[in-house]
Amino acid sequence: MRPFSYERPRTLPAAIDLLAGGASAAALAGGTDLIIGLRDGSVRPEVVVDLKGIDEIETGIQVDGDRLVIGGRAVMEDIAADPRVRRDFMALAEAAAVVGSVQIRNRATLAGNLCNASPAADTAPALLVYDASVVVVGPAGSRRIAVDDFFRGPGTTALVPGELVTAIELPLPPARRGAVHLRRTRRRGHDLASVTLAVAVEDGGRVRLAYGSVGPRPILVTDDSGVLTDRGSSAEARASAMERLLAAASPSPRSMRASPEYRLAMLRVLADRALGAAVQRMQGQPA
Amino acid sequence: MTEPYPIQVTVNGRMRTARVAPHHTLLEVLRDDLGLTGSKECCLVGECGACTVMLDGRSVDSCLVLAAEADGGEVLTVEGLAADGRLTALQEAFLEYGAAQCGFCIPGQLLSAHALLTTHEHPTRADVEEGLAGNLCRCAGYQQIIEAVLAAAGAGAAGGTEGRRRDGAQDGPVPSAHSDRPDPAATPDAQVAPQ
Repeated sequence: MRPFSYERPRTLPAAIDLLAGGASAAALAGGTDLIIGLRDGSVRPEVVVDLKGIDEIETGIQVDGDRLVIGGRAVMEDIAADPRVRRDFMALAEAAAVVGSVQIRNRATLAGNLCNASPAADTAPALLVYDASVVVVGPAGSRRIAVDDFFRGPGTTALVPGELVTAIELPLPPARRGAVHLRRTRRRGHDLASVTLAVAVEDGGRVRLAYGSVGPRPILVTDDSGVLTDRGSSAEARASAMERLLAAASPSPRSMRASPEYRLAMLRVLADRALGAAVQRMQGQPA
Repeated sequence: MTEPYPIQVTVNGRMRTARVAPHHTLLEVLRDDLGLTGSKECCLVGECGACTVMLDGRSVDSCLVLAAEADGGEVLTVEGLAADGRLTALQEAFLEYGAAQCGFCIPGQLLSAHALLTTHEHPTRADVEEGLAGNLCRCAGYQQIIEAVLAAAGAGAAGGTEGRRRDGAQDGPVPSAHSDRPDPAATPDAQVAPQ
């Protein structure tokens, strides 16, 4: 690994100063992606700013009014096991539970998964269908960014230099909802996704679908027609509505792990399965 | 600007201090500075688990943790499992079930299994498969490793002191090496480990 200096600030302003300062800086939370980049030279900071000494960035998960707030240092293993996440945001619990191995999930944070902005990030589709926001602090103060506006492209986010993520907020569900996360990998066990998606179905028939690893960034699409969940609608009408939702997928021919044709075929299969399972969950049946 | 960073870490119950390079990992410091070579370096990208240790009570890939990050923390490596020359029940089970072939992955497998048994007193086979999914074994000894973890759990491995002494002194009758071991031929393929 190339040498760098290591700083462990105790406060947010100190961290922001380091990240926005003259030296090139990289923020370190769990490190499960960053340290790989430091070792292979794809990330070459002069200073690594460890955020784990900052008490203002929480490790926990709590309800604040009408939102669930996941701290910027909360790790995947804790998110996957949290009873409130499992009750109201099951697709996020399912996604967090398949990120890497136990060893990775004990370190990797949800905030880090977002900031790395991998097109295949498993937690991104769930956060998109749940309409999550990213709470950000930087030199110009604090702001909230909708997750859909946060992703810009592979490895690129809406963060400006000096900004860091302090929390992720999810609005508590207003009514009955069922949601599911599904993914396709090359093998059982520990692998990156060839397709990763989440579906949320609301009581009125509204469908929110988000998919990743089939384009430069995860995509959110919605259908308010009710056709997809209406048992009375024709198979052709449902298939046509689903095709409209999946039209934004654009897997690259140079993509890794799977061909574009395979990804698109599996995207259809997984979207149909997830939709059926989400409807079952909304109705309180095991899915 | 890249001066050594002083750290104080409790390793296997013993307080250690070191001045580490900021770009050195916990794995490098354990192996090269503290001489604890049980944890192995292999893939260096968090896929193989050969470097697994426990940091503050949770299993981590020590190749993906900077040594500086461990400052103030508590580390358990494979060298810290046995106490007073007495293997843990988990280590005994690995021996009895032939779980170690070349042995390279075993320190990591043991630490992942140890971590699993601290949170799952009675793990299912699926729990063990998931708990060890981040530990690869190129000898493909998964069947024996999983059986060993299940057997250790059945014997109450979480207590950690039920093993017998390795210095020849026995506390009592040695259990049969084959007791409670299921007939491997009776295990359908579908139950075999994922990798």
